[in-house]
Amino acid sequence: MKNMTRLGLGLLLSSSVAMAQAENVKIGMITTLSGGGSHLGVDVRDGFMLAMEQSGQDEVEVLIQDDANRPDLARSLANEFMQRDDVDILTGIIWSNLAMAVVPSVTRQGTFYLSPNAGPSDLAGRMCHENYFNVAYQNDNLHGAMGAYMREEGYERPIIMAPNYPAGTDALAGFKHLYEGDVVDELYTQMGQTDYAAEIAQIRASDADSLFFFLPGGMGISFMKQWESSGVDIPIFGAAFSFDEILIKAVGSAAIGARNTSLWAYDLDNETNHRFVDSFREAYGRTPTLYAAQGFDTANLILSALEVAHPDDQDAFREALRAADFDSVRGEFRFGPNHHPIQDIYVREVVEGDDGQPTNRLLGIAIEDIQDVYFEQCQM
Amino acid sequence: MTNYTPVSKKTPMPSQGTAEVAPATQVDSHFGRKGIVQMILLGLLLLLPIAAYFLGHLYYVNLASRITIIAMAAVGLNLAIGYGGMVSFGHAAYFGLGGYIAGISAYHAFDMTPFMTWPFNVPGSDSLLVVWLAAIVLCGLLALAIGAISLRTTGVYFIMITLAFAQMIYYFANSWPTYGGEDGLPIYLRNSLPIVDTTNALTYFLICFTGLVLAMAITSRLMKSRFGAALTMARLNDVRLATAGISPYPIRLVAFVISAAITGLAGALYADLNGFISPTMLSWHFSGELMVIVILGGVGRLYGPLAGAILFVMMEMLLGGITEYWQLFLGLVLLGVVLFAKHGVMGWLAGRERNE
Amino acid sequence: MSVTLLIEQLLNGVQLGTMLFLMASGLTLIFGVMGLINLAHGSFYMVGAYATAAVTASTGSFLIGLGAGITAAALVGALVELLVIRRLYHRPHLDQVLATFALILIFSEGTRWIFGSSPLWLSPPSWLTGFVTLPGGTRYPLYRLMLIGVGVSISIALYLLISRTRLGMRIRAGESDREMIGALGVNIARLYTVVFALGAALAGLAGALVGALQSVQVGMGEPVLILAFVVIVIGGIGSIKGALFGALLVGVVDTLGRVYLPIFFRAFMPPSEATGTGAALAAMLIYILMAVILAFKPKGLFSAHD
Repeated sequence: MKNMTRLGLGLLLSSSVAMAQAENVKIGMITTLSGGGSHLGVDVRDGFMLAMEQSGQDEVEVLIQDDANRPDLARSLANEFMQRDDVDILTGIIWSNLAMAVVPSVTRQGTFYLSPNAGPSDLAGRMCHENYFNVAYQNDNLHGAMGAYMREEGYERPIIMAPNYPAGTDALAGFKHLYEGDVVDELYTQMGQTDYAAEIAQIRASDADSLFFFLPGGMGISFMKQWESSGVDIPIFGAAFSFDEILIKAVGSAAIGARNTSLWAYDLDNETNHRFVDSFREAYGRTPTLYAAQGFDTANLILSALEVAHPDDQDAFREALRAADFDSVRGEFRFGPNHHPIQDIYVREVVEGDDGQPTNRLLGIAIEDIQDVYFEQCQM
Repeated sequence: MTNYTPVSKKTPMPSQGTAEVAPATQVDSHFGRKGIVQMILLGLLLLLPIAAYFLGHLYYVNLASRITIIAMAAVGLNLAIGYGGMVSFGHAAYFGLGGYIAGISAYHAFDMTPFMTWPFNVPGSDSLLVVWLAAIVLCGLLALAIGAISLRTTGVYFIMITLAFAQMIYYFANSWPTYGGEDGLPIYLRNSLPIVDTTNALTYFLICFTGLVLAMAITSRLMKSRFGAALTMARLNDVRLATAGISPYPIRLVAFVISAAITGLAGALYADLNGFISPTMLSWHFSGELMVIVILGGVGRLYGPLAGAILFVMMEMLLGGITEYWQLFLGLVLLGVVLFAKHGVMGWLAGRERNE
Repeated sequence: MSVTLLIEQLLNGVQLGTMLFLMASGLTLIFGVMGLINLAHGSFYMVGAYATAAVTASTGSFLIGLGAGITAAALVGALVELLVIRRLYHRPHLDQVLATFALILIFSEGTRWIFGSSPLWLSPPSWLTGFVTLPGGTRYPLYRLMLIGVGVSISIALYLLISRTRLGMRIRAGESDREMIGALGVNIARLYTVVFALGAALAGLAGALVGALQSVQVGMGEPVLILAFVVIVIGGIGSIKGALFGALLVGVVDTLGRVYLPIFFRAFMPPSEATGTGAALAAMLIYILMAVILAFKPKGLFSAHD
């Protein structure tokens, strides 16, 4: 009982402390730092914080919390940030389902949300909001770009595969939208599936000339390892979500030769990117992934807008964000009318690096100035 | 069936040794140590959010709502586990179904589309009364079906078959695209009630609080009735119950259904609180967390789920702010509770129950 | 669907089944002898995979890694038994569930603390890559064939261990009458530790072998754990024979369901809906199977305890 009272007092105390610092700009970051797939959250955070440190800003306070990849926890943390800590801007969410749980209520309550990953179609289309900005991609972008690239390269009979969940079906729809031709077959796997022997046998039995798959995180690792020893000999294609620098090192030689689309590559040739990659390697001792790049860009976008206006001046701050007047590691960066990027998507190939480990190498541009197809449904 | 008590029939348990059954519930003394602790718990849960609301700290009001709802879900589970001896590892199914009923109903009401047109026309509804009724009835029916099969098994089989049914529903929700699949479904506008404004945080908290108190009152009433006595007997010694001419199966089944209905109603409240539903509400992790809360608070104690929920949510929140490895410490705390505080928080705060 | 494809898919099912058996046999052994329900069994699977990956990466030898993985899982198992599990034997199942649930959290986050958030690299050794052509022209990965072989060998070894050795005799005695073996002067505490470590070692072996085919990451044990529970419940908890049968049944049903259900639904639905519906039903299939079996045989197919 004593403990309960103490708990109650603690609650009141901590909240009054929070009230005292309303002067500064506060950014709340909710991201996935624990459990499977947490390297995405770690990289977004590290990229973001790197940009913050480099800016030398000390007026901006960043509060970071782990959502453990759970929508209800993410939702509760968002409330904590908005209602207790009074943050001006929220960011950080990795997964589409968490974004769907959090973003609509955040923007409705008048807080800005900038997505450093995850771009579900609803948030780009009918549920778009003037205070929501996606600094990464709309989910279909990379898949669509790969469709365009494979058509361009002359593959005629692709077989395509994704887990049976919304982002998976969206991925295949996005691919088909820009591939435009017929696909041999569509395979749906289960979420979190670890054994792909059955699917590989089906792919072998088909007469496909190429494979496109969307299996993010551990699913992609499992699939590629099993693919290597299967003796099926058709080229494989995917989106960067299965081929970030961390994942392909866990896949090993099985990833070599795979081509993947990405909105960024560490060997992309521009001044900002050189600086980013060098300083990231120096700070954290590893090569950044696209998630780190997205976190870095998100922070720099926020910093650029803060130079113009304080988030309390919502209209001015929103205009400043929309202008996207910052040096992106992707080179050019601009927003479409639904606050999602219009950007070039690149193709990378996994090759053996100097240290014998697999790494991505930039091949070229898959498609220029890709824009999602949902912006027409968006009414702000 | 002795799900809860013995590890195996070959190792007699202390609790089975006390087959000279003491009633599971006793007349609560409002003035004993236990009574004081209980009143303080409930009083704090009611008064702190009200104070927070008038001080302008909305966050704490919503946090209290969350604790209240989770406590209510655990009250439901406690009826099955603590009083009925049915160790259900699948109560997330009812919590999730309740949530989905609220979400789906709001979705159709918002879109002005019917939920189904055949064999009858069922429109969506944004009325909480309709949603709650539907959640109670449908979760009860689901539990009736699941319980009817599961209660044929005992012990570990019961734990596992309830888990299997919950997993079935989880995978279904995950891959069924109509209501968002894994992405879940947002509830744009909180479902409403006549007269009161449910979008007000304090109002909604008071609704949840009323729900919790009702659920606890129902449990308490139930366990003092003849039905409760029979359920207790079924838990402690079902052979004796059978010799008294009462079949334990229907008694357990009814308790299981009521338990699921309470948890389901909590799920509906949770969906409206969060404005969002997703299959994670149905996952086995959530079933596990509910069990953790029941055990943390003290199994088979009326106020156990409340104490457990307060402690669990607080730990989640406070540890989460300290380290990204918070789940490690959460695990250590839980382990410590199981190993060293056998009767949960309530056992520690309020002393043992007479029949322990 | 051609016959060779069906054969290949059956092999895939059997291979999945043999790996499930490695997990399930340990679980069922631990339950049979000590009456303990162990949710943390998936953590030993993860420990086996992580230790194998770490040692393989530093020594370059998969076999040394494999040995290290099994040893690490057995050691961790013994340690957990000594520190935690032995306090739980006389506790209700509910306490066992909670304590081992807590162990999952501790192991997952502890592993992440030590090894970081990124998945680890682990691949089959080069002499086990590639494929073999089976009679009838089916090409099948060598490594998977090896997994089937290991699974079969372990089943035989377990059978011999339990039916022919002194330890096996004690295990059987412990399953049928716990007080009795104490009276016979067997050191029960040590027997329990050995059985628990053996179960953990089997899980570690499964994790190490499968880790070469899958992603070695935090939480990798959980999906397998749930499947293994389904297996032992179908087979009858405490029965090794039941675990073997259940594992093969679950492996084959799951694999064939994933392949043939979408095809089945295409017969009368538009393709895109059919694949979605088929995949959704395939995900639920083994749970439906389990519910049906338990509805008719509430103690599983080969119950050791009545």
